Amino acid sequence: MNDAHPFDEAASTPTEAPRSRATLVWLLLPLMALALATAWLVTADPLRSFDNGAPPVENLTFERTVLSQDGIDVLVRAGGSDPMIIAQALVDDAYWEFVQEPSGQLARGETAWIQLPYPWVQGEAHVVTIITSTGATFEHEIPVAVPTPVPTTGSLVSQALLGAFVGIVPVAIGLMFYPALRGVGRAGMNFLLAMTVGLLVFLMIDAAGEALEIASEAAAIFQGRVMVVLAGAASFLLLMAVGRRSGTPAGFTLATFIALGIGLHNLGEGLAIGAAFASGAAGLGTFLVLGFTIHNITEGIGIAAPMLKSRPALWVFPALTLVAGGPAVLGLWIGSLAYAPQWSALALAIGAGAILQVVVEVTAYLMKADGRGAVAFSSWPVLSGLAFGVVSMYATAMLVKI
Amino acid sequence: MGEITDWLRVKLSRRGMLGAGILAAGGSAVAATGAAQQSSRTEHPGRTARTGMGSAGHGSRHGAMMTVGEVDEELNGFDTMKMLTDWEVGTVSRLPDGRVLRTFEIDAVDKEIEIAPGVMFPAWTYNGRVPGPALRATEGEKLKIVFRNFGSHPHSIHCHNIHSARMDGIPGAGVIGPGEEFVYEFDATPFGCHLYHCHALPLKRHIHKGLYGLFVIDPDPTLHPEHADVARSRLLGTPENAEWQELAMVMNGFDTNFDDENEVYAVNTIAHAYMKRPIAIRRDKPVRVYLVNAVEFDPINSLHLHANFFDYYDHGTTLTPTLRTVDTVMQCQGQRGILEFSFADHEPGLYMFHAHQSEFAELGWMSFFDVREAVA
Repeated sequence: MNDAHPFDEAASTPTEAPRSRATLVWLLLPLMALALATAWLVTADPLRSFDNGAPPVENLTFERTVLSQDGIDVLVRAGGSDPMIIAQALVDDAYWEFVQEPSGQLARGETAWIQLPYPWVQGEAHVVTIITSTGATFEHEIPVAVPTPVPTTGSLVSQALLGAFVGIVPVAIGLMFYPALRGVGRAGMNFLLAMTVGLLVFLMIDAAGEALEIASEAAAIFQGRVMVVLAGAASFLLLMAVGRRSGTPAGFTLATFIALGIGLHNLGEGLAIGAAFASGAAGLGTFLVLGFTIHNITEGIGIAAPMLKSRPALWVFPALTLVAGGPAVLGLWIGSLAYAPQWSALALAIGAGAILQVVVEVTAYLMKADGRGAVAFSSWPVLSGLAFGVVSMYATAMLVKI
Repeated sequence: MGEITDWLRVKLSRRGMLGAGILAAGGSAVAATGAAQQSSRTEHPGRTARTGMGSAGHGSRHGAMMTVGEVDEELNGFDTMKMLTDWEVGTVSRLPDGRVLRTFEIDAVDKEIEIAPGVMFPAWTYNGRVPGPALRATEGEKLKIVFRNFGSHPHSIHCHNIHSARMDGIPGAGVIGPGEEFVYEFDATPFGCHLYHCHALPLKRHIHKGLYGLFVIDPDPTLHPEHADVARSRLLGTPENAEWQELAMVMNGFDTNFDDENEVYAVNTIAHAYMKRPIAIRRDKPVRVYLVNAVEFDPINSLHLHANFFDYYDHGTTLTPTLRTVDTVMQCQGQRGILEFSFADHEPGLYMFHAHQSEFAELGWMSFFDVREAVA
């Protein structure tokens, strides 16, 4: 053993340069193998025995639909094994003249607008069918035809109003409970924090389910489910890392993270709501909007809870309201103007990850503030708070669930 | 907030919209405010058209309801315009007893054809065309059909006429495998407008893939002294027959995605073919259409002639009309007949004819007669 030691020392230093060259070779070799395999596959076509004469697999996803005075425009994304050719278009089982923009065949992942000068009927259903050169058909239903909103000042304002009522107003009302809550004792504090955890868990399940559902509408090329899980995990880990840089977040910092998580969730929701408007939903009734407002008030109380022991400046409250509720307005705008399911799913997934982070942090804060650690979770205030958080969200959701 | 989206989504269905409207209305009453509810029926922006819609080019006579582009008929190997008057009369010889022996040669071939601009269909064909050749013989002749199967599946020729069981073209009696040959022999009787099609199984698939065609037996005037003039006008090659403009039309459809519903309907295969190239008709000469319904999946098909009426001979087996002065005729699958009409009293112009099932018309079975003073 003693003999070997100096030998190692002697050998390592002079071989420094050759080793880096060797590393380069070892890096290039697998790449060359890939290049060779590719070249062989392309030139010799050794897999032709798998070519059973079946037509190529074709897939077409309808991403956007715009109904206007000019007719019906749909944005389609190709997802075939080979480039696809759109041969004809039908509306309601009638061949219709159309313009494809850009024209030509569609490679995998490419999009094109199909513009149909079709005299659609307000409030009725239509079906757009695309026939490809192989005779495969792809259908897209327009369940209720209404004109797609165009970005006028009026429509942006009314969307902002809706966003404010379902996003900003409830958070503001919730935060207004702050002075009343300041005097609570330890039990009350535990109850409020546990309620926050409960409502956040509800939101997280809601967001994750929504994200997966919307992701399934996206083109296969985006691998919706995997994307949702990865984006959620990434946002959770990133926010955890950022949040823990200066210790476990508490007080104002924790409140900010809660607001951020709820805000990201609201962004995704806003995108989806905006898109639903764009694709032809009719108006929302007053009663329903009111239901959403009540449903979301607990979010504001949740944000206030970690700050009860500190004395934040007055500007903190409007700022937190905007962080948590503002994205709903933003999402509504973006969603109604430019929408694709994959982006909405992505935003919701990031929101779900962000909420998981605050669930973890609020739990940690609760245990720390209580001083008893995990034992606190078996106390009545915490258990009843958790139950109240989940149940109140669930019960108020009944106002609006169909 | 997820509930908003759910709510909007559910509302997206027509039924949902009505129900939700009631819910929203009730809610409004509770909330004692009548605001925020949008009326879904106050405006009607979908009505006016894209600039140029319904005006430019060949769109003028049918709005924009039309396939886009042209079919490469040269590549298809058959011309829908020539097909109208392209009668297959076979080769004629005399039997020892003096009767005419007429021999047709038909090959079954797999072929990809373009049935609407850009839409390819993997067809099974007789002699490389869909519909197959329009056979034409005369009553009383002895017919011989030499059938060779170059296709990938068993096929046959099942003729709608009077023949023996051995010549029926069903499994065990004339259905032959790939690479085989069979000779069908029978007499040309009864006279009329008939069809032939493949009777290999499964039937639907073999027929809708393209194996069908017209089979017309002209009446022999000497056998029908009471209507000899009518019979002569029906007999191809006579001067009386030359006074008519005769057209072969096979109503057919194609199920391009094999869901047992047709994506394309047409007369003589190509959607909108005679919309884009109307059939030229001389105003002063009468028209006779040999019409057969070879459509699959739909029980019936029809032909409706605009601005005119016709006499109809169901199956073409009579020399007096079976229906007089009608402008629409209905045919079930495999039914056929002869239409006779004239534009002599009409002004020149484009006269439409199409299936009066609007669905078929909008999926390609729409056509024009271009009635003129003279036809080149």
